[in-house]
Amino acid sequence: MVTGLAQQAAERTQDNVLAASVTTIAETLRSEQGEVRLELPYSAFSMLGAISEDRVFYRVAKGTTLLTGYEDLPVPTASLPSGGRVVFDTGQYSGEEIRMATVSRLVLAGTEPVPITVTVAQTRGGIASISADLSQQAAYLAIAFFLVAVSLSAFAARTSLRPLNEIAAAVSRRGPSDLRPLRRSAPTELAPLMTSLNRLMERLGQSIRSAEDFIAEAAHRIRTPLATVRAQAEIALRSVEDDDQKQRLRQMIRAIDESSRSAGQLLDHATVIYRTDDLVRTPVLLSDLVGRTVAGLEPTAAMKDIHLSVEMVKAKVEVDPVLMDNALRNVLDNAIKYSPPETTVTIAVSEQGGEVRIAIKDQGGGLGDGPIDMLTKRFQRGANTQGIVGSGLGLTIAKDVLVAHGGRLELESLQGEKGTCATLVLPSS
Amino acid sequence: MRHTCFAVLLICISTLVSALQVEDHRLFSGTGAETLRVISTADLEVFEPYLSAFQSQRPGLSIDYTVVSSSELHRAIKEGAIFDLALSSAMDLQFQLANDGFAQSHQSEATAALPDWARWRDLIFAFTAEPAVVVLSTERFRGLSLPTTRQELITVLREYPERFDGAVGTYDVRDSGLGYLFATQEARSTDAYWRLSEVMGRLNPQLYCCSGQMIDDVADGRLALAYNVLGSYAAERLARNSKGRVQILGMQDFTNVILRTAIIPTTAQEKDAAGDLIDMLVRLGQRDAPDDWPLPPLGQSGRDNLAGFGPIRLGPALMVYLDPLNRRTFLAEWENALEQRP
Repeated sequence: MVTGLAQQAAERTQDNVLAASVTTIAETLRSEQGEVRLELPYSAFSMLGAISEDRVFYRVAKGTTLLTGYEDLPVPTASLPSGGRVVFDTGQYSGEEIRMATVSRLVLAGTEPVPITVTVAQTRGGIASISADLSQQAAYLAIAFFLVAVSLSAFAARTSLRPLNEIAAAVSRRGPSDLRPLRRSAPTELAPLMTSLNRLMERLGQSIRSAEDFIAEAAHRIRTPLATVRAQAEIALRSVEDDDQKQRLRQMIRAIDESSRSAGQLLDHATVIYRTDDLVRTPVLLSDLVGRTVAGLEPTAAMKDIHLSVEMVKAKVEVDPVLMDNALRNVLDNAIKYSPPETTVTIAVSEQGGEVRIAIKDQGGGLGDGPIDMLTKRFQRGANTQGIVGSGLGLTIAKDVLVAHGGRLELESLQGEKGTCATLVLPSS
Repeated sequence: MRHTCFAVLLICISTLVSALQVEDHRLFSGTGAETLRVISTADLEVFEPYLSAFQSQRPGLSIDYTVVSSSELHRAIKEGAIFDLALSSAMDLQFQLANDGFAQSHQSEATAALPDWARWRDLIFAFTAEPAVVVLSTERFRGLSLPTTRQELITVLREYPERFDGAVGTYDVRDSGLGYLFATQEARSTDAYWRLSEVMGRLNPQLYCCSGQMIDDVADGRLALAYNVLGSYAAERLARNSKGRVQILGMQDFTNVILRTAIIPTTAQEKDAAGDLIDMLVRLGQRDAPDDWPLPPLGQSGRDNLAGFGPIRLGPALMVYLDPLNRRTFLAEWENALEQRP
């Protein structure tokens, strides 16, 4: 398009000069003693030489007879308007494209006026090179403009996307259960995104919480009637004499125990998830905490004649005591459950390297051959646990609690001697 | 059939060439088979150093050098005579040849270095700039103050008609292309031209075809002054044999400066050699110092020209006075002024 415009401009210039030239020549036309006379003014050609180095041709004819100039120069075939209007045409002459300007005038020769046509033609090489120059400059300008525009828009895109990237990074840095709303300064254009992201997180948190509430509620509702059924079954066990029926009632009680325990652990788990969301840490003396839990499990241990041996150091931790009790109870309960009767379970508290370790060793069958990581997943149980009541939630609860406090659960089968060592590791305060 | 036509054409061309009015001719033999055919208006003694220099660069090349008048040169090229290079001081005729498509283009580093005013469309190249001067006889002007402008010249001629009767020489513009160019350009540029012509016309002027003869006649005392002589020739002859009898005057009100130009005719057969010769001439034309070469360089004229005019412009305007109608009008006026028969 630019090329076209440039060419048009150059052509118009040439036309104007050609018109001026042909008019200057036509103005010298006169009649002297019945003969047509004219002079080519010097300026008529010098002005053509001024615009470009193009070849110039001309022709002056009276009717069809040549007065002067180039005889074979093409002339416009159409009838020419008189009265000095200049007619333009393009053609071929001497092997080049030419632009011609022609004007016609009536001059009195002898008795009657005769039409005299004056044609001035110029090749278009210079015009082409001028328009080529112009359009080349325009092209350079366009390229420069394009480059500037591209770099500016790249810069603009990067700048405006930076807050978005920062938000994405902030979201992906978060832990799996961190559903707090995002509090970042963001440009107003991103406010709707932030709002809907926060609303989504809020809804997600709510639905998780309601699921947990449901589980807690369900567990509670199951446990209470189960206790009643168990009491009734115990009474019935005492009152029947038939061994067959006794056996059946014992199995019933066992099943009830298992269900009750499962419901308890589900309740624990829900509590753990709920409380780790919004962890409230209080400074606790670890000896108090461990002592209370051990005391709570003393009766269960006694039923199997298991001795609980506690080794304490004085350590202080900042934890949620309810959760820690839950975790410790579950691990200790596991140890008691999988220990054969008349053995010892050791609870050893130690502090080293900024960590407090509560190691619980039993003399049971170890962890079996399966991968140890599996044991801390929900509802997964070891390969050697047949015949023992359990839900597979105990270690999961313990691990979740410890992770929430920035600690971990270590599990290992004891080498050389029988048994398992489960260690609850917490950062000391 | 085509061959017959071609043969006929060749015969025609050779007839035309043989019909050329040759003023001088020399073949500078080289060792090889190639011959560069140059047609020129420059006299042999002026141009020989250039040809020798060129031949020392290309010893294999023979140079066939033909001297003709500028109008003969124009006619020969226009009629298709076979030459490889045409050198002429009549820049209007040279320009017309280029404009009308009788020249082919040549591009080189040397020609690209030329200023814009010294070339046109890679077709025509200027290699000297030579002023028109007045040559006068010291003897004949004894006791008179030397004129420095046309007005002073007119006064001198008017005051001493008996001293200058029959002793004023100038070009016969009807024969000499260069004379016609000088006259038309001067008539265009200064009003004094016609008055001077009128005054000269009353003094029974002698009309010449060429600069050389005019200068010789001034040196011999036959002429008191020669008007519109090519300065380079005058200077050259003066240096050679005048022994103080001849003086050169540049008119300070206005001086015409012509460009000696070269074109390669479309009939050229040794285009490369012709191009090389143009390059050499153009390089010499751009030299700074006016050293031993007979013809002045392009730049020299600008400083010598006291009136501050540049050389005559190479452009389509040059063709204006070549137009037959314009020429007829101009010659009629010129004859009126110069040939007054009492």
